[in-house]
Amino acid sequence: MEHWSLAKKGTLINVLFSLSAVFILIAGAIVGVDLIKFNFLFGVIIPYTAITIFILGIILQVIKWAKSPVPFHIPTVAGQQKSLPWIKSSKLESPSSTLGVIGRMLLEILFFRSLFRNTKSELKNGPRLVYGSNKYLWLGALVFHWSILVIFLRHFRFFMQPIPSFVLALQNLDGFFQIGLPVLYISDVLITLALLYLIFRRVADLKIRYISLASDYFPLFLILSIAVTGILMRYFDRVDIVKVKELAIGIFSFHPTVPDGIGVLFYIHLFLVCTLITYFPFSKLLHMPGIFLTPTRNLANNSRMVRHINPWNRPVRVHTYEEYEDEFRDKMKASGLPVEKE
Amino acid sequence: MAEKKLKPEELAGSIDYKPKQKDWLDPSVEFKHGVFNYGGSPKSVEYLQQPNPRKWQPTDPDWQLPENWKQIILEGLKDRLDRFRSLRIFMDICVRCGACADKCHFFIGSGDPKNMPVLRAELLRSIYRNDFTLAGKLFGKFSGSRELTIDVLKEWFYYFFQCTQCRRCSVFCPYGIDTAEITLLVRELLNLVGVNIDWIITPVANSFRTGNHLGIQPHGFKDSIDFAVDELESITGVRVEAPINKKGAEILFITPSADYFGTPHYYTLLGYLALFHEIGLDYTWSSYASEGGNFGSFVSHDLMKSLNAKMYAEAKRLGVKWIIGGECGHMWRVVHQYMDTLNGPADFLEVPVSPITGTRFENTKSTKMVHICEFTADLIKNNKIKLDKSRNDHRSITYHDPCNIARGLGLIEEPRYLIKNSCNNFFEMPDNTIKEQTFCCGSGAGLGTDENLEMRMRGGLPRANAVKYVKEKYGVNFLGCICAIDKATLPPLMDYWVGGVDVGGVHELVGNALIMKGEKERTTDLRGEPLAGDEKQNV
Amino acid sequence: MYDSGKIIIGLIIFAGIFTSPFWYDLSGGKEALKAPVLVLPTKADQQVCVNTLEYMRADHMVLLNDWRYEVVRLGDRTYQSPDHKEFNMSLTGTCLNCHANSAQFCDQCHSYIGETPYCWECHTEINKPENMQ
Repeated sequence: MEHWSLAKKGTLINVLFSLSAVFILIAGAIVGVDLIKFNFLFGVIIPYTAITIFILGIILQVIKWAKSPVPFHIPTVAGQQKSLPWIKSSKLESPSSTLGVIGRMLLEILFFRSLFRNTKSELKNGPRLVYGSNKYLWLGALVFHWSILVIFLRHFRFFMQPIPSFVLALQNLDGFFQIGLPVLYISDVLITLALLYLIFRRVADLKIRYISLASDYFPLFLILSIAVTGILMRYFDRVDIVKVKELAIGIFSFHPTVPDGIGVLFYIHLFLVCTLITYFPFSKLLHMPGIFLTPTRNLANNSRMVRHINPWNRPVRVHTYEEYEDEFRDKMKASGLPVEKE
Repeated sequence: MAEKKLKPEELAGSIDYKPKQKDWLDPSVEFKHGVFNYGGSPKSVEYLQQPNPRKWQPTDPDWQLPENWKQIILEGLKDRLDRFRSLRIFMDICVRCGACADKCHFFIGSGDPKNMPVLRAELLRSIYRNDFTLAGKLFGKFSGSRELTIDVLKEWFYYFFQCTQCRRCSVFCPYGIDTAEITLLVRELLNLVGVNIDWIITPVANSFRTGNHLGIQPHGFKDSIDFAVDELESITGVRVEAPINKKGAEILFITPSADYFGTPHYYTLLGYLALFHEIGLDYTWSSYASEGGNFGSFVSHDLMKSLNAKMYAEAKRLGVKWIIGGECGHMWRVVHQYMDTLNGPADFLEVPVSPITGTRFENTKSTKMVHICEFTADLIKNNKIKLDKSRNDHRSITYHDPCNIARGLGLIEEPRYLIKNSCNNFFEMPDNTIKEQTFCCGSGAGLGTDENLEMRMRGGLPRANAVKYVKEKYGVNFLGCICAIDKATLPPLMDYWVGGVDVGGVHELVGNALIMKGEKERTTDLRGEPLAGDEKQNV
Repeated sequence: MYDSGKIIIGLIIFAGIFTSPFWYDLSGGKEALKAPVLVLPTKADQQVCVNTLEYMRADHMVLLNDWRYEVVRLGDRTYQSPDHKEFNMSLTGTCLNCHANSAQFCDQCHSYIGETPYCWECHTEINKPENMQ
């Protein structure tokens, strides 16, 4: 019991640590913009720095990964191999061709195929183990990631001038139900719900709570705070988004300008986003580029068809047949086994 | 120091999935008898020229490590990060979503939170973060970092020898993070300071010297093959040839040594002998490469390569055209995913073509080694052998997919095709426990020792439970499998959790059903047990 | 095996996507990027709006939505501004009275930030050339 309460304390510390980190960031933006009026710092310098760290950070990290070779061909196969022509092979779960691998990777990246398999095992009296389907994590994760993508792309209306038509189309689609004015974006609702679920399950499921680190809660709280400030700015405490776009265009056209009179809420939102993308290359968020490089998924199950080359394949000590025969020659001869040397 | 053995119901009652330990960063573990394996014998370690041979046990307070053990491990980790992209990626991208948590048979059977694959990997990741990442340096404990201490090393030993490298978690992981890869690399690190287990390192030494795990010398090998030939004759009335080290044979046949020295593996051997004779295969056994299994693959990539090298070397010496491999799990993972890379290219061999059916095994055109189930399935499909299914009527069969076969090769339908053509009564276990979702026997990757029995029974619970289900539902009394470790360790598992279920190979079933030219009327199966009809007559 | 080629292509795609706003905006030229220029009413009796400048810039859509509700649902047509002046709640009658040319006023910001309000689905703009015939 004592240990258990210690573990609970650990969870509380992790949650509080991440939550307070987010509040400190928010307070920092409020102080920086509202009190000290460092608008140029928060509106221009920090965004440029964050974008640079994000892009270079990820590229450098991927290069670091890429410098280590893939020595062995180790796909985790999840279906029938291609062997005899009359046995139907599973082209996506156990792909033997590049096309199949691309299909498998697309299913994984776009639809979280492996998470879709998720089950929940329970031990009943008997003992009897029961495995139930458990798709909530898959659903929550999928909704969350797709919402992020839609929201990110939607923001291109601030980043680009003139606005590309696909952005406008996406925006219309996202506001399809035309609820309220400004029109409610479905993605705003979905991302909030998904984040709340993902936070909830981290705390509610004892197993997940036990494995969760501060660095697991922090991105969830951070992204939630970004979503919430964004939602506040659109539906509740509106800011002058024409000026916001002027600021954004200033950044992307390298003519930075900080228009007067954009509410502090915007700077909080921007600062949180900058924090997120700065944090990205140094954290588990690297799963975004990482998923493309995972050798158990991105290799074809053709290990016996095509030789995989290991660049550092190194010589090892082997016990040669000659050494073997030298040791056992008499016994071999006595039992009638053929030998090389009499 | 014999400790009380838990009864099945006591063991099941002790499982609780609520984590009870304090913070997992605390590395302390208790080495209780029944849940760990004994340390490697100095003789074997020395013979293999591996580091730090000494007499030691995990329960010793002092593990007699080299003075600079920490430096060795950290440098070893750095070296492996530079050589294995898999390791770098798996260290960096886990989001701790927990999808793997209840997929591990050891977690399901023990409830120990550090048996959740995510935490097993975190045991290493915490050290990686501490010494190799910015986040670890900036945020310390909050980033889940901790320093490598002797307690961490002992914890590694405890938990990385409670993983059978079955890769079930990897199927469910959204990034395919492969705990088997992490486990193998940590075992490599441990081996650098002489921390390994005897049940692995001694078979490796034996295999290195004599060609097989059991240390059987060439004449002993020949004796047991000859004995099997005699035994087969007494059952079938047919005298078969079993050539050994025959130069110029068309095919080299390599199977795990347990097949000719263990029970129930032995009945599978009888099946092979009968089959090869019946189709008139020009093949040979090898006493030098008399082991399919590769316990080296449970310690390090280098030892895996050392042992595996014998297969191609012997194929070359004997001048065969290609190789058939027998029923084995991890052997096939090595053959399928590693052999060609490690010891190829096998340009002295030919692309395998079945001399009986003319089928070209395109799927093996580079490695040139065909799985016996692929080979036999092709024979049956082409009507080259006659099978009397009723000779297996005394069996109600279910099939256990070996982990490495299902998730390493994807060889899923071939053995089922063999069973369905050799038996009338075949029943699948529930979907979540077969094919790519198959559960490990709980004793793979070198953990199948008697001293580790409690952990084996825990880890085997999910598999046993699924067998129990089909036993109660369909009256299953025979668990078929194509893995030597399964054949050795599933029988005690069945006795413990299920009862009344025999374990055997698929080629034993094929051998039972195989109608041989000139055979006498069979009254027993290859085990000498009466056939269904005869049983009735006897009553 | 390194797959350097594929990884480099992947990195270029990644960098391309995430720096696309830079390329896009730099290629458009200064003219395209100019912030909206609003033509404001010049007559003396058109200098007072129904609410403050800041409020109108950020929140006019809410105000218009409220007006619509009150007029259509409640039949109330009188709006009191924060400084207690009364206005007739009417897009055409009040707003367009001063901001007669939507192309030089409304559309300027709306197209800049990609908004397509549905005002004109019901209302007609008297001053629009095609409506004046």
